[in-house]
Amino acid sequence: MILPALNFPKKPADMNRRDFLKSGGAVATLALAPGVTLMAFGGQASAAADPGKRWGLLIDVNKCPSDCSACVSACKVENGWGNDKHAADHPEAAPQWIRKVSLTDKSTGREFALPVMCQHCENPPCVDVCPTNASFKRPDGIVLVDKHRCIGCRYCMMACPYKARSFVHEDVTDQKTHAPRGKGTVESCTLCVHRVDAGGAPACVEACNTTGNAAMLFGDLNDPDSEIAQALKAYPSVAIRDDLGLNPGVRYSNL
Amino acid sequence: MKRLFVLLMLLAGLSAAPVLAGDLGPVVPRASGKPHPEGNEFWRINHMLLMVHDRDQTMRLGNREVQASLAECVDCHAVKGADGAPVSAEDERHFCRTCHDYVAVKIDCFQCHNSRPEAPKQALRTPEPADMPGILAYLKEAGE
Ligand code: HEC
Ligand code: HEC
Ligand code: HEC
Repeated sequence: MILPALNFPKKPADMNRRDFLKSGGAVATLALAPGVTLMAFGGQASAAADPGKRWGLLIDVNKCPSDCSACVSACKVENGWGNDKHAADHPEAAPQWIRKVSLTDKSTGREFALPVMCQHCENPPCVDVCPTNASFKRPDGIVLVDKHRCIGCRYCMMACPYKARSFVHEDVTDQKTHAPRGKGTVESCTLCVHRVDAGGAPACVEACNTTGNAAMLFGDLNDPDSEIAQALKAYPSVAIRDDLGLNPGVRYSNL
Repeated sequence: MKRLFVLLMLLAGLSAAPVLAGDLGPVVPRASGKPHPEGNEFWRINHMLLMVHDRDQTMRLGNREVQASLAECVDCHAVKGADGAPVSAEDERHFCRTCHDYVAVKIDCFQCHNSRPEAPKQALRTPEPADMPGILAYLKEAGE
């Protein structure tokens, strides 16, 4: 990148302090000088992704009926996908941040369905293969595509064992302000990072609680007092394709 | 650098002689909210650098208390069309296009970002001075 030669006085001391503040940690000091209003969506806002946290989901498959897709609808509305003009002509290539997968246990005939989205792995293969560092993991464990860097090569889509990522094949308009998306880049579940940064929960979890069957729990896996950590401690749960050693942040119970 | 200088002179001339504005250069639509503490001239020159820095802050570090947020630019700088609704970047009256069309700059930001504010209007923050040395140091490092 070419920078214009600007002659601003260098003040390294200042810079360090600010960079330190900006990179998280000292939230209270940085935040809210008089008159500074946050662009808040409600709830407690934090200054930056906290490396001490690991956001995750716990999904109770028993509570997730096959005919309910409240989470998928909520995700579409929240993040503005699912209306791309030509997507219906090529459903196999349509954008898909979250989907319901139906399964049948052949030996017992038990039929069940579960929502599958980006599993926010601790060791994400999509990040390993990305040639531009567009695919990355935030300090708080959320795996994202930095679309500013994404060149649309789709290696990450091939690498993901969960088929969690999709590609935008056509021009999009009227995107949600908090969820920009556009042609030629890869996208996937962001765990509603814009909500999480504002102290909220993902749209799917909210919808599951209100119109669905309260099958989803969201929270900090690293906080032993959080509801999700307590539930994980109390009941058995699994990660899908646990054999791959990716340590997903999304776990399922009663699978 | 020379180009930037010429441009600066042009834009400086614009604010000094508003009567001639239409002839000399782009007419930049007025904004709502508090002006930038660094002044208009600073922002004309540096807005792209500020946004690259703050984009990385938000996108990669989750820091949303930044000054140069694209979502907020289009809010304060919304230009109303005939129907009273803010125009999109498809329209040449859009704030970002007034200058860019004039100097033949084409940005791709609005292929993904919505170029109109989303109702209801966000609470506008009071702008703070940009930490330019810090931003330049960051961009230098990021560019290497
Ligand atoms: C809080 C409201 C607010 C926000 C947010 C905001 N601006 Fe401004 N901006 C102003 C005001 C007020 C002015 C003063 C010019 C005017 O009176 O219209 C201004 C002036 C400018 C100018 C100089 C215009 C000229 O006449 O030369 C540029 C360039 C600019 N802003 C770019 C941006 C960009 C890019 C962003 C987003 C990163 C942004 N602004 C965000 C309120 C805002
Ligand atoms: C391919 C899609 C895409 C393009 C093109 C794009 N962005 Fe973004 N941008 C995003 C996504 C996705 C985010 C993350 C949004 C979030 O988490 O809130 C983002 C976030 C940002 C942010 C931080 C959030 C905010 O609104 O303040 C800034 C600043 C930003 N982009 C600036 C730009 C600028 C400037 C350009 C053009 C030079 C651009 N972007 C082009 C997808 C894109
Ligand atoms: C006051 C005039 C003016 C306004 C208003 C303005 N720009 Fe610019 N912008 C420029 C000029 C001039 C350049 C080219 C500078 C150069 O090439 O040295 C530029 C360059 C850019 C670039 C870098 C483009 C590239 O290819 O290098 C980006 C990104 C950008 N502007 C974003 C924006 C956005 C987003 C807005 C609206 C929120 C905006 N600008 C509003 C004058 C303006």
